Amino acid sequence: MDKKLTLSKPEHVASNGLLDRRYFLKSSAAYLTAGSSMLMGSISHAQRSYPDYMTLPGAPLSGYGHRSVNEDHVQRYISLTRGTTGAGNSRTPLEKLHGIITPNGLHFERHHSGIPDINPDNHQLLIHGLVERPLVFSMENLMKYPMVSRFQYIECSGNSRPNLASEASDLTCGEIHGMISCCEWTGIPLSTLLAETGINPNAKWVLAEGADAAEMGRSIPIEKALDDTLIAIFQNGEAIRPENGYPLRILLPGYEGNISVKWLQRIKLSDVPLMTRDETSKYTDLQKNGTSEMFTLEMGVKSVIVSPSGKQQLGAHGIYEIRGLAWSGAGTITRVEVSADGGASWTDTLLTEPVMRKSLTQFRIPWEWNGQPAILMSRSYDDQGNRQPTRSEFIQNSGLQVNYHNNMIQSWQVNSEGQVQNVYV
Amino acid sequence: MYTYKNIFVITLLLIGQLALSQTPNLGETPSQEMLSSWDTTIDPLGRGLPDGSGTAEEGQPVFLMKCAACHGLEGEGLINDRLVGGHGTIGSDRAVKTVGSYWPYATTLYDYIRRAMPYINPHSLSDQEVYQLTAYILYMNEIIEADERLDKNNLANIEMPNRLNFFSYEYELP
Repeated sequence: MDKKLTLSKPEHVASNGLLDRRYFLKSSAAYLTAGSSMLMGSISHAQRSYPDYMTLPGAPLSGYGHRSVNEDHVQRYISLTRGTTGAGNSRTPLEKLHGIITPNGLHFERHHSGIPDINPDNHQLLIHGLVERPLVFSMENLMKYPMVSRFQYIECSGNSRPNLASEASDLTCGEIHGMISCCEWTGIPLSTLLAETGINPNAKWVLAEGADAAEMGRSIPIEKALDDTLIAIFQNGEAIRPENGYPLRILLPGYEGNISVKWLQRIKLSDVPLMTRDETSKYTDLQKNGTSEMFTLEMGVKSVIVSPSGKQQLGAHGIYEIRGLAWSGAGTITRVEVSADGGASWTDTLLTEPVMRKSLTQFRIPWEWNGQPAILMSRSYDDQGNRQPTRSEFIQNSGLQVNYHNNMIQSWQVNSEGQVQNVYV
Repeated sequence: MYTYKNIFVITLLLIGQLALSQTPNLGETPSQEMLSSWDTTIDPLGRGLPDGSGTAEEGQPVFLMKCAACHGLEGEGLINDRLVGGHGTIGSDRAVKTVGSYWPYATTLYDYIRRAMPYINPHSLSDQEVYQLTAYILYMNEIIEADERLDKNNLANIEMPNRLNFFSYEYELP
């Protein structure tokens, strides 16, 4: 049984090592055939030395499971507002995760005055203002409503801000881009509750206000409130985590994260936007000419390679998988291309099912690295005709002072030693 | 464009009326007391501003006691945001965004102080103190005089220096 394991010869589809996106799929059949014959030929009679966990019964069952202690190094990246412990952000370590769902404990956070400790028995949701009849809902009553479940990402509009600096910082993928996370959210369409309150025809805006110490509020256009906005109560099947809005938050798919107000306590319909602090002094887009655009709510089409990515170290020469995430606030990702030569040549990647609207989409492609320097980039397209801009296109349109909505193409440089670093191209 | 939006909303209103009988209808009518005590919303036209008034002269001691530790004795910024100055920097390579140089509405300042400040003890200031602090921060930015008295009738009329530089392509602004 000396069958030699053979792989089809890698077919290069773009310069600098990029291979046909289906190369791994084609090769797996060969692996299967070779693998079964190897198994039969390798029976060993040597005495195995068993580890302790195989010589004694293991740990008991538990009411709520936790990850292995060996995974404790997978943590959010925290940056605090000076002088506080509860204001600031923590970012998802995208480069340490696989798939499109963010575990609840690693969902990014952005708080303005810490996490409130809310007992759902005492929590109420008031809907009032330009409605036919104001109504107040207890959590107990809200739980009786028909709910829908949707896979949606939330991205802070300040995500990827490090790359708006004039010099590229040596940071990881999560440190730069980790203010995006994706979960299955379950809750009540806001339109259901607004159907019960009725809507005064003069209502154009919907204030959402949280029950945190900052009572943070944002104004939502009524078209969006009646479209796909959810009053979310569950996150990946369990009650929303306190840091994500327990016991309920509003969720506006594809819109900047700040507007998906957590710890939701009040909704007020109004004829004008309320011009809260977080839609005037913050979350407004300063233009190159000194004017500022307000209510730029929809997040742009974007993608990032999570592996290989910043501060990682490649090992031996050979075939690697380039893997990343793509998303669009306007709709569904249709295509993601990658380049290994700094944007000179591009080729299509394989999108991993499921590919869903306003959700994260995973892409992948094999890449042969034999020690040659490379610059890895990805660019995404959506079904609304949008393409992710290059760095120079973004700067041309928005400038670096804009502070929000950075969706420019990310470049990772791989040097001959296999070190990966954030660079500007 | 705007007409299409109206038609869209009216259509949804009609759908909403049809749906009324099919949803659980478990909302309860809030008490008048709840409506008035929970509704702290202040809009850019000044609707919702409470009774009371204040001047910068009255606001200075309150600021020194409750704000200066984080924002500096003259609002120049310390461990937290700078509130004063930066005029003329918006649009340059080094924009300094402060209440005076950037914020478009004085009503926002009142609303934000009342709901979120001071950071370590929000919801502790009286409505009167919030008027006083609003006046003092506007005074330090040379937007009002030291003895100018702010109340619910005139706060929305304060002309913030950067107001006209805000715009929206998609939405009608007040």
